[in-house]
This record gives sequence, structure tokens and C-alpha cells, in this order.
Amino acid sequence: MTSPIAGGVDCDLHPAVPHLTSLLPYLNDYWRDQVTTRGMIDLISQSYPVNSPISARPDWRPAQRKPGSNLEDMKRQALDPHRVSYGICNPLYGVQMVFSEDMADAFCRALNDWLKKEWLDKDARLRGSIVIPVQSVEKSVAEIERCAQDKRFVQVLMLVMGDMPLGKRHYWPIYAAAERLGLPIGIHAGSNYHNPPTSVGWGSYHIEDYVAQAQAFQTQLTSLIVEGVFARHPSLKMVMLESGFTWLPAYLWRLHKFWRGVRMETPWVDRAPLEIVRSNIRFSLQPVDAPPDPATLNRLFDHMQSDQLLLFSTDYPHWQFDGDNALPEGISPDLVRKIMIDNPHATYPRLKLAAMA
Amino acid sequence: MNVQFRDRPEPASSVSVKTAIADCDIHPARATATELYPYLAKRWHEHLETYGKHAYQGMMEGPPFPKAQPNASRRDAYPPEGGPQGSSLSFMQKQHLDPNNVALGVLNPLNTGQGIRNHDLAAAICSAINDWQIDKWTAKDSRLKASVVVSNEDGVAAAAEIRKRAGDANFVQVLLLSRNVEPLGQRRYWPIYQAAEEAGLPVGIHAFGYGGNPITASGWPSYYIEEMVGHSQCQQTALASLVLEGVFERYPKLKMVMIEAGFGWAPSLAWRLDKNFERLHSEVPYLKRKPSEYISDHIWWTTQPMEDPDSRDHLLELIEWIGWDKLLFATDYPHWDYDDPSRVMPAGVSDANREAFYLGNAKKLYGLA
Repeated sequence: MTSPIAGGVDCDLHPAVPHLTSLLPYLNDYWRDQVTTRGMIDLISQSYPVNSPISARPDWRPAQRKPGSNLEDMKRQALDPHRVSYGICNPLYGVQMVFSEDMADAFCRALNDWLKKEWLDKDARLRGSIVIPVQSVEKSVAEIERCAQDKRFVQVLMLVMGDMPLGKRHYWPIYAAAERLGLPIGIHAGSNYHNPPTSVGWGSYHIEDYVAQAQAFQTQLTSLIVEGVFARHPSLKMVMLESGFTWLPAYLWRLHKFWRGVRMETPWVDRAPLEIVRSNIRFSLQPVDAPPDPATLNRLFDHMQSDQLLLFSTDYPHWQFDGDNALPEGISPDLVRKIMIDNPHATYPRLKLAAMA
Repeated sequence: MNVQFRDRPEPASSVSVKTAIADCDIHPARATATELYPYLAKRWHEHLETYGKHAYQGMMEGPPFPKAQPNASRRDAYPPEGGPQGSSLSFMQKQHLDPNNVALGVLNPLNTGQGIRNHDLAAAICSAINDWQIDKWTAKDSRLKASVVVSNEDGVAAAAEIRKRAGDANFVQVLLLSRNVEPLGQRRYWPIYQAAEEAGLPVGIHAFGYGGNPITASGWPSYYIEEMVGHSQCQQTALASLVLEGVFERYPKLKMVMIEAGFGWAPSLAWRLDKNFERLHSEVPYLKRKPSEYISDHIWWTTQPMEDPDSRDHLLELIEWIGWDKLLFATDYPHWDYDDPSRVMPAGVSDANREAFYLGNAKKLYGLA
């Protein structure tokens, strides 16, 4: 086992909204009335069915309530044992699933206010991600600007599977706002299910959808790089959350090879894809999709050709590792320090800012 | 890899002293639009001229993502007698088969009946393509072997076509594309796997295809490079579907070849499948073994476009993880991203591994050893 060091940052924690009714106090009269009159049910995304084994580690699963819905559990199971200074909350409540952009906007605003009040106000270590109604760029920018006044929001959160590839110019005002406000864009596993979860159609199984997250991250990285997001926004950081990372070297070898062949198609891509990834893209540590032997994993780290790419994460309460093995076995103390402290601080400039607006 | 501006001297002679190789991905083309007509009923000539192919994707020939060069093929591969690249046997012999000493060339025709919504038309074109492969190619050059092209969305018709070709030494595999209406593990495709297993033919899954699904899980991207890179993600999810639906449990003698989709992603995908299988086994209880075991027992990989890391060691480690016995050399002739057999292999590989990579694995897999 590799021990965590004190003072790190857990970059992927998932506080759960107990039920849609938990958001009622944060909705205005109109939307509160809509939820109750129309008999709306809880927005549980099928990405993480509550009882699926991957949705909660067995020893972290509460007897009742949704996994991740209790702050005391999160402290005892994640924040305290890993001795972190900060934990970044990425709520995965299904607010992006609804098709009405007005309703999605109302739910996102309520979710962000709920996170502030129910979590950030209650533990000084916690930081938040701004969940945005991605269907409306205008409303997304407004929500980013509204929440960013509170310096405890350190990132903007989007899902890896949505309506359009994320590099599309349509989304760029979101990236401009994030860059201006010192917020990385976090892209998290999950889908709004407006498109099939694989590029070859609808599979049959939950495990298939979950495995396919890694391929969705790959196509999004291609889109972000070749559309020129980082030529336009060179200081924007994007963080791939719960993406896996062992696919990265081979993916980049392929992308680089094709970029050399057809770069005339996207002449604004002014640096090699590998360089863009090194300067602008980061990955959360969990899940580690690798064999348990340290030798292979260390070869993979060598294939990645950079020790600045990974950010410590537990993916709490999802089941990615057992016992105290949040950090993979056999990695050097130097890499542990980079993953736990240096890399997250270099990625999230707002961690250094005073807590309150 | 892009040879479009490279000056290529004429081969001095058709007699080569190079070591013999297999090329497991050659794309033969038709010289004219009507070259298939002798193999198609008259009804279909009229149908094609009146209604076209009516595919699952607008503009199947590619304009939504214009290729980087005409027909996605080498500019130096136009035959002197006219017609598109890859449409002349004599020029293919002179430019590729002879100088590179290709002892076995596997034909994978594209732009066939696959991906057509009218399933009767699809089946008719596929069968015509198979007859055409014999007449124009394999009967005239014994180094070349054909793939049984099948009507991919109609499992029953596809199985009938496979049974019709079973035992015919002109054919060494069944050809599917990676992108279909549904992921390839779905039951509508099982008759294809059953017939292939019975016929003792491996199933090649070539990158590309037309199933109507966007080439990302978030809709259609903008650029040709996204389509080209994206084929590897399509292949990954198609393979995950084949494993997780239990295709290899049901057809234990089935062999598959992943063609032109890269192989670098294979270890990471297998690790990810294994890790999640450990936790989610109860959802797919018919799987008796770890996903990585099905992959290592049933899957072969063609090499082009070969992964190209800066470090030779990284490539060699990657190949060790997959196995030297699982790679099949391919050039993708006449396409633009052709891999030159004299340039892909790093130094320091043993003679046995080199021989397996370039020829031995292919001969064994295709039953020609």
C-alpha cells in the first residue's frame, strides 16, 4: 500500500442529493409548483443506479439513504482517512437529463445553491463545481458568473456524453467565461442520454455503458484539441474526471499520427496534441484501469511522459479501490506528492484564494 | 505515413529479394461504376440508377467528412490505364505485391452492400462483390485471398452467403465493419458468427461502416481527423459488446480480427473490462471467464495504422502486453495512410517474432501454413 500524505486535494467526491424534494427550498415558486403539481420523480441518472456495486463501495454503503448523501460519512470515510486539505465536490444529480433548458437551468441553480448550503458551509475543506445547463450556453455562462462570486466554487462541471462534441464552437463562450474567472472545466463520466452511449449504438448492459465512458473521453479530447479550444484559450485547464487514464498514451500516439497526416484540415492546431495535453489537460487518479502489479503501472506512467497529468481522487463513494489503497501500489514518494498536492494546486488556482467572496 | 509527396522510384524489377510478408488489409476497387453489373440481376441495375444505395448515413461516399485526398488513397497509386487507385490487378502487382514480396494478400472490399437500408439490395451487392473478387483478383493471382462480404444488418441472409462460400479456398475470412445499426455483440448479428464458426472462417471487423449512429457518444463531430481517430473508439465499444454479450462463450471456436483500428488501446480496454467485470459480474452471469481472457484467446489485430510512439521501448512493451502471436501485418494499400513494411518494425526484435509479425501469424490464422 502507498500511504497518502497529509495536505492533499481529493479532486472527485460525489455528494448525493437525497431526493428531488431536497431541492425544493432552492427553487422559486414557479418551479417548486411545477415539481409538485406534475408529480416529478427523483432525477436518478441511469449512469449510477443506486444499488449498483460500482455506485458505492460495500463498506461505504449506508444502511438507508443514497450513498454519498451524508456529510459525516464522507468525513469519516474519505476526508479524514486521506488527510486532505481540500475535497472537490462534483454532484452527479441528473439535472442535465431534462430536455427543457429552462427547467434544467432552474435545477442547476438549485443544485449549486444546495451544494453551498448543505456541504460547503458545513466543512471548510470542501470546494464545489458549478453544474451548468449545457443546452443553453447563455444560461450556462450566467450561472458560471453567478456562482463564481463565491471563491469556494473552483471548477465548472460538464458531462462527457451530451448533445454535441464539446469542442464545437457553440460551447466556446462557456470556456471563455471559465478561463476569465480562473475556473478549470471538469468533464465527468456520465451521459444525458440524448445520444447512444457508444459510437456504435445502444448496448444492453450497465457495465457496457460504464466501460464506454473511457471511449467517450477519447472522442471528446479529440474534439477539444482539433477544434482549437486551447489555441483560443491557452490558459484554460480541463480535467477529465473518472475517465481512467491508462488509455491515454496509445490514444495520443494515434491522434498524433493522424494529426501529422491531415493537419492541413485544422491549421489552427498550432502544437502537437501531446503538448496540448501536457499543458492543458489533467486526469483524476481513480479509476486506475491497470493490472495490480506495480511494474506494469510504472511502465504506463513512463508511457504518459509527464508526472503532471494526474490529480488525486477517491471518486467517493464509488467503488474504485478497497481498503486504504486510494493510491496505487509502487509509485514513488515524489509522484505521490505531485499527484496529491502540486498538480491539483497548479490546476485549481482558486484553492489558494480566501474562502469567502 | 502520408506518402503523397514522396518521390517513389519505379521498382527496378518485379523480382524481389525481400523477406516474404502477408498484407492483411488490401482494398481492391472497381474501375467503373458498372463493373459489378455482370454479377447483379438486371432489376438491381435499374434500382441503383433510380434510387441509389439509400444508406444509413447521408452521403456514404464521404463528403460530410471530406477525405484528405481523392478516394482516401495514395496519389501515386492511380493505375496507368485509368480508374481509381486499387482498381488494377497488374498495377497493384507492380507497385505493391511484387516489390514488397507479398506472399499473402487479404482483400477487404469497402463500399459494398454493407450499410444499405434495403436488405435485399444489400445482400445482392455483397454476393456480387464476392463473385467479382474471385473473377478479377483471386483467380488471377494466387497470392490474393478474398473476404466473404455479407449483408451485415440481415443476419439470416449473411449466414446464407457465408454457407455458400464455405469450403471455397478463394475465401479466408468473413468481413464486417465496426459501425453498424447496433453494437456487434447484439443478437441480430449472431447468425453471422454461427455460420462463420461452422465454416471455420475468422470474422474480420474492419474500421468504418454505416449504422446511422453518430461517431461519438455526443453526436457528430466536425472533422475528418475526428472520424479517423474515432474509428478506434468505435472498435473498442464494438469489441466490448462482443465480449459482454457472451459471443465468445456461445461460439467458442470463433476467431476475430480487428482491422485498421489500431491495437494500442487493447491492453487498457481489457484492464478496464476486467476491473468492472469483477464488480458487475452479476449483470452478465453467463460470462465464465474474465473479459481479457476472451480477448486474448479470440482476437487478432492488424497493424496498420501502426502505433508510433517516440520511444521504441514503449512500442515493444505494448506489443509484449498484446502478444507477438496476435499481430498481423497490414499496409492498407492503396489508402493514403499506408504503412511501409520496411519502416514499421523497430530494431531489436527477434527473428522469430519478426517472422510471426510479418507472415507466420497470418498464415496460421488463415489456415495457409
